[in-house]
Amino acid sequence: MSDLPRPEALFANIDYTPPKADWMDVPTVIKPGRYCYAANPDSVNYVGLPHAHKWNPLDDDWGLPENWQEIIFNGLRERLHKFRSFKIFMDICVRCGACADKCHFFIGSGDPKNMPVLRAELLRSVYRGEFTTFGKILGRFAGGRKLTADVLKEWWYYFFQCSECRRCSVFCPYGIDTAEITIIGRELLNLIGLNIDWIATPVANCYRTGNHLGIQPHAFFDMIDFFCDDIEDITGIRPEPSFNKKGADILFITPSGDVFADPGTYTCMGYLILFEYLKREYGLDVTWSTYASEGGNFGFFTSHETMKRLNSKMYMEAKRLGAKWILGGECGHMWRVIHQYMDTLNGPDFQGSHMETPVNPITGTVFKNAAGTKMVHIAEFTADLIKHGKLNLNKKRNANIHLTWHDSCNPARGMGLLEEPRYVARNVVEKFTDMPEGTIREQTFCCGGGAGLNAGENDELRMMGGLPRANAVKYVHEKYGVNMLGCVCAIDRAVLPNSMEYWVPEVDVCGLHELVGNALVFPGEKERETDLRGEDLPGEDE
Amino acid sequence: MYDKSKIFAGLAVFVVVMTYPFWNNIGSAAYVRPELEKPKNSQACVENVELMRTEHMSMLNEWRDEVVRDGVHEYHSKTSNQVFQKSLTKTCMKCHENKDKFCDKCHNTVAVDPYCWDCHVDPKGVQK
Amino acid sequence: MKALYSLFLVFALAAFALLGAGTLGMEKAFGLYIPFLAVAVFVVGFCLRVVDWGKSAVPFCIPTTCGQQESLPWIKQNKIENPSTTCGVVIRMLLEILTFRSLFRNTKVDLHAGTRVAYSSSKWLWLGALAFHYAFLITVVRHLRFFTEPVPGLIATLDAMDSLLQIGAPTLYLSNLIFVAALLYLFLRRVVVPQVRYISQVQDYFPLFLILGIAFSGIFMRYFAKVDIISVKQLTMGLVTFSWVIPDGIGAMFYVHIFLVSVLLAYFPLSKLMHMGGVFLSPTRNMNCASRKYRHVNPWKFENVHYHTYEEYEDEFREKMVEKGLPVDKPLAEGAE
Repeated sequence: MSDLPRPEALFANIDYTPPKADWMDVPTVIKPGRYCYAANPDSVNYVGLPHAHKWNPLDDDWGLPENWQEIIFNGLRERLHKFRSFKIFMDICVRCGACADKCHFFIGSGDPKNMPVLRAELLRSVYRGEFTTFGKILGRFAGGRKLTADVLKEWWYYFFQCSECRRCSVFCPYGIDTAEITIIGRELLNLIGLNIDWIATPVANCYRTGNHLGIQPHAFFDMIDFFCDDIEDITGIRPEPSFNKKGADILFITPSGDVFADPGTYTCMGYLILFEYLKREYGLDVTWSTYASEGGNFGFFTSHETMKRLNSKMYMEAKRLGAKWILGGECGHMWRVIHQYMDTLNGPDFQGSHMETPVNPITGTVFKNAAGTKMVHIAEFTADLIKHGKLNLNKKRNANIHLTWHDSCNPARGMGLLEEPRYVARNVVEKFTDMPEGTIREQTFCCGGGAGLNAGENDELRMMGGLPRANAVKYVHEKYGVNMLGCVCAIDRAVLPNSMEYWVPEVDVCGLHELVGNALVFPGEKERETDLRGEDLPGEDE
Repeated sequence: MYDKSKIFAGLAVFVVVMTYPFWNNIGSAAYVRPELEKPKNSQACVENVELMRTEHMSMLNEWRDEVVRDGVHEYHSKTSNQVFQKSLTKTCMKCHENKDKFCDKCHNTVAVDPYCWDCHVDPKGVQK
Repeated sequence: MKALYSLFLVFALAAFALLGAGTLGMEKAFGLYIPFLAVAVFVVGFCLRVVDWGKSAVPFCIPTTCGQQESLPWIKQNKIENPSTTCGVVIRMLLEILTFRSLFRNTKVDLHAGTRVAYSSSKWLWLGALAFHYAFLITVVRHLRFFTEPVPGLIATLDAMDSLLQIGAPTLYLSNLIFVAALLYLFLRRVVVPQVRYISQVQDYFPLFLILGIAFSGIFMRYFAKVDIISVKQLTMGLVTFSWVIPDGIGAMFYVHIFLVSVLLAYFPLSKLMHMGGVFLSPTRNMNCASRKYRHVNPWKFENVHYHTYEEYEDEFREKMVEKGLPVDKPLAEGAE
């Protein structure tokens, strides 16, 4: 973090005036602080992805296979055929520029190649130059160019400066989704072994141990056990979660970030408290899995196939354990995968025939909206419980919190989970203020580190990308005294604390179920003195 | 998923709409230039035919303005040295006396609806 | 520079028509053969492009959800921006196509002192685009008076409404004014807004100038160097009834106009103008958002996919699992061998 300029200096450097030269003539300079390290070949090899090799983005020679152009062309041709989205998005952009200033990376960096339209043009120009008749004959006059090593480096640099947040696609008159183009672009780079380590290693870990951090089953158990110790200290009640339990009604899967890093850990404690409460009060039978111990899916940032391979564990485990349906924790892209890909990818192959349309056993609510995928978001589940008055909540325990809500990109724009978390939040905190319109709900901003970009080495990029979100938080902080930013995404909980510390140091970050965990009152529990973070509770009589 | 049937249905609509001028005219009689009733009482118009064809509307518009606003009633022809009164009913319709058989023929075929008749009365029309 | 290339190209095309139809007397080619060919290229080319898109699969259900999902019965769903029924999808598409819904959301970003970023509503692009497209549509429909006999009442009424203000004779079409103003706006923002200038290419300026050329040549014919409109109708009616004739006395400007239109029609299927068809096929807009409710089927399969099964996992970690009392499928002794 030492090279990172002060916020004021970083902000002062943002210049929206593009260079004089045509963008095709502006050479790509890979700047430290804005790129992520190359993938460890062992990780790439472990999952059997092509052309694992050691390379360094700062070197001239990236160790490409001899026929790399042929590989890319074949890959491109195949994907044009497999993805209508990609083909249409290559063909119909009119370059109206509506998307230009919608990207958080552009807003925060001013780099014109971070304008979604230009990011797509990086690939589109090659498509035109190598695949269309016009482009082949007229070349640059028709906006086409050849695929050279420099172009490839430009692809790599900028496709790993897109967090696939889809904000641009909300504004595009044709719904052109840069996430789709980035996904395919990364898939192509992946064919010649050009992945980044912050994605490749979690993928390998997840494949082997079930979660990104490579936590082995015994350690996973220990970590949860450790949370149970803490919860016992704070509340006097010791949760007794079950693991890999056959015959459980519900399988619970959450991103492993919640098990590992603050403040996600407090959210994880929130889940444990909630499940223990529901078990004691209503006999809810939920089990955790150490095999499918990851909700997040970094395969999504690698290739569609890798996404499928990692996601398959959810259905396989539900089948093995005989769970009727799956409950999913707070995560961003995990929910994009579950909501829009999972049933298509793995439903026919792995969804057990015993699985049922999810029913909340406590309220009897049928989650008809999850009838196909058979997976429910925990915010939907908890909102339903609260609506039916099944939880004894004491908002006063969160009285020191003035909350605002960060809609995480993927649940917002790839699902539409907007009201459920707000409903839960309003029932567990006293003070809630939304950020200004245009920065929330479907127009929400990315945290700055989504889609596998939350590495340490690209801190400058993350702070730039985090500016629009932080700026909106700063507004409600200064105007209304907001001091907590809530979210339903593990990446958010990892990225936003850094970004808040940098741009708005007075605001903290939490997950939804941390607040639920704080507010939930067990029958006969001892008087709590601290919240889940171990900080003193606000005095009730103050 | 390909949505083949939807795409073909959409394309069918597209083709039908875009080729409307072609299929719409199938079976109807070949288009002939409207046959205008030639005046029986005179040989030449205020100006030559080509000019009248393309500019009569501007001319009438100017006439109206000059008569109503400036009180200038005389029109000196550029082609025949003759002087005419600037008047739709008294000059034009003296010769082209039947609106139906002259004015309307062309106007209808190109969907022009001049507002001359908002104020002026078609002399022949009154007799009908 | 790119704008100048395009402008030059359009001038060259106009000059070509003037030379061909005027000086060289190739009225037949420019008045009949080329326009007919252009229409054929347009219709066939358009269909081929769409069919080509149609041959690509829609493997996943990836709509952009722009509102509250369908979930619990007491949470109000946004049935249009996050549709879960075909009806909702249709309304969403209609709003997108008829009112440019997404463009209407447009905002503009500004930086202020003290690390402050501000967003303001910016509807000009939406207004300009909408004005341009509707004026274009009205203009095209109005032109049907040259291709129908008798002219249907609807087209005549549209014509009358377009000349509602009764300014001058021939009366001024309001759509002419709006069309040119919108085109100039769309052109000027390409040149003036730095980001838009940066992303603009020859194929962005070219259609703008081409359409401007069409508009100007048409306007010129109607208000200034007037042509014999009845002769024009003779030609156009002949064209669509395959009794091709070239009547005398059609001004050269007509050939410029119809040649530029022909170029536009022929260029259409090869260019970004295909967004006209593409917008209907965009998977982020035209799909049902209730993807957890209904399974979307991918028509292609992943080949030779390897999965890491629970058995492999337990085999690797069985000892450690047993140590912690985690349930295992195979007892330790058996697995250890």
